[in-house]
Amino acid sequence: MATLDAKIPEGPIKDKWTNHKNHINLVNPANKRSIDIIVVGTGLAGGSAAASLAEMGYSVKAFCFQDSPRRAHSIAAQGGINAAKNYQNDGDSIFRLFYDTVKGGDYRSREANVYRLAEVSGNIIDQCVAQGVPFAREYGGLLDNRSFGGVLVSRTFYAKGQTGQQLLLGAYSAMNRQIGKGKIKMYNRHEMLELVKVEGKARGIIARDLVTGKLERHSAHAVVIASGGYGNVFYLSTNAMGSNVTAAWRVHKKGAYFANPCYTQIHPTCIPRSGDYQSKLTLMSESLRNDGRIWVPAKKEDVMAIREGKMNAVDIPAENRDYFLERRYPAFGNLVPRDVASRAAKERCDAGFGVNKTGEAVYLDFASAIHRYGSEKAMISGEENPSESRIKELGEAVIESKYGNLFQMYEKITDFNPYKTPMMIYPAVHYTMGGIWVDYNLMTTIPGCYAAGEANFSDHGANRLGASALMQGLADGYFVLPYTIGDYLSDDIRTGEISTETTEFVEAENAVKKRVDGFMNNKGSKSVDHFHKLLGKVMWDKVGMARNEKGLKEAIEEIRQIRADFHKDVMIPGEPYEMNMELEKALRVEDFLELGELFAKDALDRTESCGGHFREESTEVGGPQDGEAKRDDENFAYVAAWEWTGDPSNSVVHKEQLTFNDIELKQRSYK
Amino acid sequence: MKVTLKVWRQKSASDKGKIETYQLAEVSEHMSFLEMMDVLNEQLITEGKIPVAFDHDCREGICGSCSMHINGEPHGPDRGVTTCQLHMRMFKDGDTIYIEPFRAKGFPVIKDLVVDRSAFDRIQHAGGFISVPTSGNTQDANSIPIPKADADKAFDAATCIGCGACVAACKNASAMLFVSAKVSQFSLLPQGKIEAKRRVLQMVEQMDKEGFGNCSNTGACEAECPKGISLENIARMNREYLKASASSSE
Repeated sequence: MATLDAKIPEGPIKDKWTNHKNHINLVNPANKRSIDIIVVGTGLAGGSAAASLAEMGYSVKAFCFQDSPRRAHSIAAQGGINAAKNYQNDGDSIFRLFYDTVKGGDYRSREANVYRLAEVSGNIIDQCVAQGVPFAREYGGLLDNRSFGGVLVSRTFYAKGQTGQQLLLGAYSAMNRQIGKGKIKMYNRHEMLELVKVEGKARGIIARDLVTGKLERHSAHAVVIASGGYGNVFYLSTNAMGSNVTAAWRVHKKGAYFANPCYTQIHPTCIPRSGDYQSKLTLMSESLRNDGRIWVPAKKEDVMAIREGKMNAVDIPAENRDYFLERRYPAFGNLVPRDVASRAAKERCDAGFGVNKTGEAVYLDFASAIHRYGSEKAMISGEENPSESRIKELGEAVIESKYGNLFQMYEKITDFNPYKTPMMIYPAVHYTMGGIWVDYNLMTTIPGCYAAGEANFSDHGANRLGASALMQGLADGYFVLPYTIGDYLSDDIRTGEISTETTEFVEAENAVKKRVDGFMNNKGSKSVDHFHKLLGKVMWDKVGMARNEKGLKEAIEEIRQIRADFHKDVMIPGEPYEMNMELEKALRVEDFLELGELFAKDALDRTESCGGHFREESTEVGGPQDGEAKRDDENFAYVAAWEWTGDPSNSVVHKEQLTFNDIELKQRSYK
Repeated sequence: MKVTLKVWRQKSASDKGKIETYQLAEVSEHMSFLEMMDVLNEQLITEGKIPVAFDHDCREGICGSCSMHINGEPHGPDRGVTTCQLHMRMFKDGDTIYIEPFRAKGFPVIKDLVVDRSAFDRIQHAGGFISVPTSGNTQDANSIPIPKADADKAFDAATCIGCGACVAACKNASAMLFVSAKVSQFSLLPQGKIEAKRRVLQMVEQMDKEGFGNCSNTGACEAECPKGISLENIARMNREYLKASASSSE
């Protein structure tokens, strides 16, 4: 059994990373050429890692299941990227970004990692601008910033509602440069299905070519997993359809511990479900909460009238509306962190105040903002006594300039015009803070196997702040891994090429082949999606926004049953050695069905509430915080790192105690 | 609503391929087009048939994976959307819908509606980047101010999602809109000017090698582009190309 050593460098927190970099081993340029590194996933973390490692001289093989690295799901991030540049002179600093991130994560992240993240954040912006990323600018030509939830400064850099796209295309262009030079060998439409270990070290992968269906062996001196998060265990989420846990789960089953699987971010502002055919949920950026007010009717009869179509939201007078975030959290109002906003919406809907047919929707209303902006605009332009309709017209133009693309997206999906009637929104699964356990060097518990970006657990604790995912992905890939991986690889300069003809590779390939053949020969009757939807429903109902002991125990039983049924009754049409998208899904859902159980088990084990993990049994009673989530630092200030022992029910937990030397543990209050 | 689907089925790159007809009895107008395709595939699987292969991923119009030619138009009848953002309310009860892959010499069919767009990647390998190290040791991000108008134009060009609708819409299967968007983004920014000549010459050379046709200014690409990438970019690229060809080589 491996011990959990986070390998946090000695010294004061602000010197740790610099000292560490000064003392780790390096690999000389001539030797780098003969060292191979595999990078799985080409989003912000994988793309930036592949480009940086290739540029340093390593021979990189990069893999993505999409038809081009540019399509990884980082592309869909909307809002922005945080960096402690303090361009706005509003008192921002590395320490403040560090502090906000640890507090926002509800004190469940590792101080040293978060400090390093804040420390390199400024470099990311410099780097991206040099690469030609077109961030938003002010008229003076300097970079513009905006503010996000849970913080008191403006440190978010953005490119309209497409920041993730622009940053990913930046990383993709850096990769292209290296692909053109032959330093990265790119494998598009390839999916990693197994990790190969030789003498205990990660030495390669088994991948399936998704066009021909052939299994391939690829060797390397180190393997980087940057395959993103596992939100699709809920079936419906804001993740892309192909986002999956397979690469991460396969290394977990080979010995990498999986940390805090139950930490999931449920984003408050997403378009609600409309029917059983629904395949995914769409996010409406957090930035909308700057101007939108969230409410439900205060009276049940109004709720009923709305559901029956006899009444419209705009017909309800102000006194009959319940602006529940403003009511419960007067200090932060509509800009409370994501976990708090989501739970509050669920509470109202559970109490019967949801405003659509499914009872799972609340309003996000821009009428006040339209009126406010319209009046301001009229005053500035010297229009005296403007009519109500003129004010609306002016106000709508302001809103359009700020959120036009989001409003258009909303209307395309729902066929409702959000300028005229409030948007309907409901929380949805968006991001997973949990992931593969890594030490300070981003190495997993398997020597030579690294994890970066959303795939690891490291920086966001139990709740991630807006605009921090992009920051972490690029920090890991551009600025952390390129240093730390060299320390490990300095022992490998005499190893030479790793053969793929060894027993280890043959056995790993055979194991994958067995799984593939098992699916192809199964004489079942139901599609993969049938089981994935069942799993998603259990996860959402019992392991979702609010969790309790009874529900979690039921969920574990139900997931086991679904898993058994899946293996008995799933049907995969077609052939294994051709493009077969049903087979691809089956191999992913097989892993989700195991992860789902561990996820519920982790949630059951952690009887405290923290961040996105809310245990109904652990709430504040009485006093000003009555009904809020209650953390238990005495018993739960640790990372739960799970070891695979053959079945999720037997997984063993290892605890990495979290110590806070530079930040005082406090209750998060947004009242 | 009920719809009749005429779908291109092609087992592999070497197969000849043909249109097959399917009936869907219960389609909700609130479904996205791809959710309707999910229903079709579920029906085919239940009947023991092979589901239709199609590329898709984010389903929110940004990854650029989806690539269907619907009733003769890339991404179908709506404007400013990708296939995944197209909703069934754009169709009527009883409609017959033709669904084919993007068609172009540069985009060979892999299977059914899935095409190979790796030519786009190779054009980017040829010069779609600024040669800057990823060390982070560059100058401060604010040390070179960029006029807002230029930054905004560069952004507009950079919003291209690389879906290939421009190629599919063009009677010459030209990739000019795609290539010019990248060339424009970098040529508008001071950081990109250093390599501007080399970039445009190499990217255009690769574009021609991949078998894409020439531009004859019909503007079909701009009309069908889900992201509204402007023809202005093609004009800018032509100027860059002329400038680069006329001046001395490196």
